[in-house]
Amino acid sequence: MRDVAVVGFAQRQMKELDGSPTCLELLVPILADLYEQTGWTKSDIDFWCSGSSDYLAGRSFSFVSAVDAIGTIPPVMESHVEMDAAWAMYEAWVKIQTGEVDTALVYGFGKSSAGILRRILALQLDPYTTQPLWPDTVSLAGIQAREGLEKGLWDANAMAEVVARSMTDAQSNEWAIRKGATTVEDVLAHPLYADPLRRWDCAPVSDGAAGIVIAAGDKANQARQRPAWISGFEHRIEPIAINARDLTTSSSTASAGKAALGKEGVGSVDLAELHAPFSHQELILRSSLGLADDVTINPSGGALTANPMFTAGLNRIGEAAKRIWAGESDKALAHTTSGPVLQQNLVVTMEGR
Amino acid sequence: MAKIPAAVIGVGQTHHRAKREDVSIAGLLREAVDRALLDAGLTFDDIDAVVVGKAPDLFEGVMMPELYLADALGAAGKPLLRVHTAGSVGGSTAIVAASLVQSGVHERVLTVAFEKQSESNAMWALSIPVPFIMPVHAGAGGYFAPHVRSYIRRSGAPLHIGAMVAAKDRQNALKNPYAHLHNEGTTVESVLASTMLWDPIRYDETCPSSDGACALVIASEDAVKKSGVKNPAWIHGTQMRSEPTTASERDQVNPLAGQHASAALYKQAGITNPLEEIDCAEIYVPFSWFEPMWIENLGFMPQGEGWKLTEAGETEISGKLPINMSGGVLSSNPIGASGMLRFAEASLQVMGEAGEHQVDGARKALGHAYGGGSQFFAMWIVGADKPAN
Amino acid sequence: MAPSTESRVLHAPMKVEFDYTRSLGSVLSQFMSALKQHSVLGGVLADGRVVVPPPEYDPVTHEAITELVPVSDFGTVQSWSWVSEPVAQQPLEKPFAFAQILLDGSDAPMLHAVDVDSPADISTGLRVRVRWAEQTTGTIRDIACFEPAGDDVSEGSASMDFGAPEVTGIVSPVNLAYDYAASPEETKFFQGLAEGKLYGQRCPVCEKVYVPPRGACPVDGVPTTDEVLLPDRGTLTTYCVVNVPFVGQTIPIPYVSAYVLLDGADIAFLHLILDVDAADVRMGMRVEAVWKPQEEWTTDLNNIKYFRPTGEPDAEYDTYKMHL
Repeated sequence: MRDVAVVGFAQRQMKELDGSPTCLELLVPILADLYEQTGWTKSDIDFWCSGSSDYLAGRSFSFVSAVDAIGTIPPVMESHVEMDAAWAMYEAWVKIQTGEVDTALVYGFGKSSAGILRRILALQLDPYTTQPLWPDTVSLAGIQAREGLEKGLWDANAMAEVVARSMTDAQSNEWAIRKGATTVEDVLAHPLYADPLRRWDCAPVSDGAAGIVIAAGDKANQARQRPAWISGFEHRIEPIAINARDLTTSSSTASAGKAALGKEGVGSVDLAELHAPFSHQELILRSSLGLADDVTINPSGGALTANPMFTAGLNRIGEAAKRIWAGESDKALAHTTSGPVLQQNLVVTMEGR
Repeated sequence: MAKIPAAVIGVGQTHHRAKREDVSIAGLLREAVDRALLDAGLTFDDIDAVVVGKAPDLFEGVMMPELYLADALGAAGKPLLRVHTAGSVGGSTAIVAASLVQSGVHERVLTVAFEKQSESNAMWALSIPVPFIMPVHAGAGGYFAPHVRSYIRRSGAPLHIGAMVAAKDRQNALKNPYAHLHNEGTTVESVLASTMLWDPIRYDETCPSSDGACALVIASEDAVKKSGVKNPAWIHGTQMRSEPTTASERDQVNPLAGQHASAALYKQAGITNPLEEIDCAEIYVPFSWFEPMWIENLGFMPQGEGWKLTEAGETEISGKLPINMSGGVLSSNPIGASGMLRFAEASLQVMGEAGEHQVDGARKALGHAYGGGSQFFAMWIVGADKPAN
Repeated sequence: MAPSTESRVLHAPMKVEFDYTRSLGSVLSQFMSALKQHSVLGGVLADGRVVVPPPEYDPVTHEAITELVPVSDFGTVQSWSWVSEPVAQQPLEKPFAFAQILLDGSDAPMLHAVDVDSPADISTGLRVRVRWAEQTTGTIRDIACFEPAGDDVSEGSASMDFGAPEVTGIVSPVNLAYDYAASPEETKFFQGLAEGKLYGQRCPVCEKVYVPPRGACPVDGVPTTDEVLLPDRGTLTTYCVVNVPFVGQTIPIPYVSAYVLLDGADIAFLHLILDVDAADVRMGMRVEAVWKPQEEWTTDLNNIKYFRPTGEPDAEYDTYKMHL
C-alpha cells in the first residue's frame, strides 16, 4: 500500500443554513481554506470525490451543482457517493492506491433542516415491511438504548456522562451547535423526550459541509509538516433489519476496527473521534473497538454537539487528523456510521511520524 | 507502484422490461447477481466487497437502497459502497469496483447497478417543480433535444441519421434475449414515421423506461488464475471526467469532459488510432442522435463527421466500428444500470460470449456512459489479452 | 424549518409526493396476502429459526427463502421507545410506543407500534396482540398496531388459503415537505424579477455575465458578484418542441422550450416561446419577454409569461455558436 496522509481539513456546521441546499455558499470557502492550508490550487488536485444525498435536498441530482465550487472547466476526474463523505474519502484513498493519482480533495454537504430529518431517514428502511410504518430515527435509537439499559450493559448515568463530556469539550469547538459546561446532574435533570432518551442524548439536526485533502508520499510532506498518515482504512456493513443483529454491540465496527488496526491492535491509539449520533451509541462503539478508558474520546464534542448529515463522519476524520498535525496525538482512530442504528461503519487510523 | 491487472470474470443481467412485476427490488438485483456469480464460478463467500450503483433515489423512493439491499447482496460483514454519478453511474460504479482490485485492496469484487423505474415515474422524478423557476423542462428528452438540434446545425448531418441509428439498434436488440424492446420490423422509414415527441427527437428515437439490473465480478490477476475462467475481459484502462451542467460557452454538443476522458483512456490503453484499434463499442445513446455526437466526442471521427460513419453503415455489427451490438440504451434503459450494461456488453464481446450479437474476432472493446447534462463521463477499454502496461 | 421573517434569502415550500408502486416477489407476496387474511407468516431460515417479517434471502446461505409458516398474532414486547411527538403517517397520531415484539412461534422480533396511553403502560415483557386494521389490503399497515393483550390468549391464526398469493404489489405513498431556499445570488435575481428587472452578475475572475447569478462561477469556483442589469430581449440559440405529456406538467403541449441568450449575458437560459407557430421558430431568432401584468409580479421567473419574436432579422450564427 502507498503511504497516504490527511493534509487538509475545513468545515462549516450550523443549526440552520439560511441558504440553498446546494451548499455552494459553504463549499466555496471550504475549498479556499483547503487551498490555503496545503498551498495548492485546484490544478494540484488529481481526483475529487463527494458525498451527499438527494433525499436530504428533496431533489434528484442534488450533487450536480456542487462541482461548481471546484470550477470544472477544464474538466476534472470526479466521483460521488450517496454516502457520508468519509466513504468518498475511502474511494479517493483507493484511487490513490491504484497509482493513477497522488492527491485528492473530498467533500460532503447537506442541509438537514430543509425537511423533517428523523422522518426522511425512515426512507432508508425496508420499503415493504418497515418503511410504511415510518419508524423515525429517534425511536429506533430508543429501542437500542433500552436493550442495553435492561441488559445492564450501560445505565442512564453512563449515557449522561457521554453527553456532559461532549458538551463540555465542545466549548472549544467553534462549529459545535450544542455546547457549554455541563455535568451529569445537569443532563439527568432534563425530562425524558423519547423514553429512554433525553433530547441531549440525540444529536441536534445540523446543516453543514466539510472537505479534506489527502495525498501520497512526498506530496503529503510538501503540504504539511506533520501529516496524519493513514495506517488503516476499513468499513463493513450489517443487515438493515434490526431483528437480524444484536443492537447492543456493533459487529461491523468491531471487524472494521480489527482490520484497520491490524497486528498492532488498539493499544497504541491515544485518541478517537467516534461518530455516535446518540449517547449510548458511543458506549457501544467504545466497547466494540476495545478502546481503553484513558483514550481521549471526541475532543471536538463529537456528533452529539453537531451532526451535519453526510459530513459528520468526514468531520470525525478531520478532527482526529487535526490533533495529529498539532502533535496532540500520535495515533488516532476516526469512525463514521451510516444507516439505521449503526448499520454501516467505517474506521480509519492515522499516525504522526 | 504498479497497478494490479484486473479482469471481468463474471457478467450477469436481468431480462429488462417496462415493469418487472414478478420481483421485488432485491429480487431484481439477485437475478443479475446470481448470473454473474454463476458465470464466474463463484459464490457469495468468495466475494470481498460489493459496490452498488444507481441513479437518483427518488426513482424507487428508497433512500440509499443499498442499505436495505446489503443482506440480499451477501454484503453483510463486508465493505459495501454506493456510487451515484447521475446517468453515468453504471460506468462509474464498475470503475470504482475495478479500482478496488487494481489497488490491491481486494481480490474479488461484486458490483451491481440497477433501476426499477416502474416503482415510480422517471419524468416525475426528474422534473419535480422547483420554486421560483419556470418549469419548461420536460424530462431528459426535453433537456437533450435542443442540443441535438445544435449538433444537426453544426455538422450539417442529413435528418435521417437519427432514424438510421434507431433502426440499427432495434435490429441489434432482436439478437439480444435480455433486451427490453424487441420491435420486429423497425426500419429507417418506420422510425421517421413515428411521432415527434421533442422535436427533433421522434418517439422511436428515444430510449424506453426499463426495470433491470446488471452485475459484474471483477478479479485480480491471481484471482483470475484461481477462478479457472479462461476468457476474462482484461481492463486496459478506466477514466471518469466531470464538467459543469451549464457554464458560459460550454460546448454541450461535444463536451470537453468526454474528449478529455477518451484521450486519457486511449493513452492508458496504449491506443493511438481508436477507429483502427478498437473492435467495437457500447456507448451510451439514449436518444439516437447521440451516436454520431459521441463518435466525434470519443475521437473516432473528426468533429462534424461522426454521422458519416453511421450513414456508411460502419456502426452496424458487420461494420468497421460496430456500435451498440446489444441494442444499446435505445433498446433497454434501466437508468442506473444502463452504464454498467455498456461496460458489461463490451466485456462479453472480448470474452466471446455475446451470442448472436457477437462481433467476429473482437479483442478490444470500449464501454462508455455519460450522465447529467452531458457532464459526467465514465468509460473503460477491455481486451481479450492481458494489458502490457 | 419555517422560513424566518428576517431571512436574507427567499424561501418557499416544496413538496415531493409520489405513490410508489412496489411489486413484491414471491416471499413478500405470501406475507402480504396472509396479512390481508388476518394471518402473520414467518420465514423459515436454513437454521430452522422463524423470522417475522420474512426476509427474502437467508442471511447465511443467501438462498431464497421458500418456506413460510403461520405464527401467532400475540407476542411479547422485547424493547420499546416512546414516541412523544409522532411524525406524519406513523401508525398512530397520538403518542405511542414503537416496540420490538416477539410473536409467539417466531424466533426474532418484529418492529411495530403499540397503542398505550403513556410510557408507564408499557414495559419489556408486556403481552400484546395485533389490532387488525378495519380494512385489510395486504400491507404491513393491515396490522394497525399492537395493543396490550391482558390475560387473553390467541385463538390461533385465521384459517388461510395457501394458494397463489392474492397480493403481489403494494402502494407506498411518500409525501415529503421541504423548505426550499434560494441562494443569496439567486435571491437577488428573483427579487429583481418582482420589479420587472433581469439582473445578471459578473464573475470577478473570467468576467462572464451569468443570469441567473451563481453561487459559484462554474469555471472559476467563486461567487458571481457585480450586478449587471440586462435587457429583456435576446437571441434564441437552440430549442425543442415539446409534444409529450408527463406527470406534473403545467404547460399545454405542444410548446417550444428554448435557450434564450439575453443581450449582454454570456449564458442562455431556458424559457417558453409563444406567439409564433412552432414550425416557424428558428435558431438565431430574436426574441423579447412578454411579462405578466405588473400587479401579478412575484419573485418568480414565471413573471415572464413567455418570449416572442421581435421581428428583427435573425442573429448571425457566428454570434451565438459558442453558446451551443
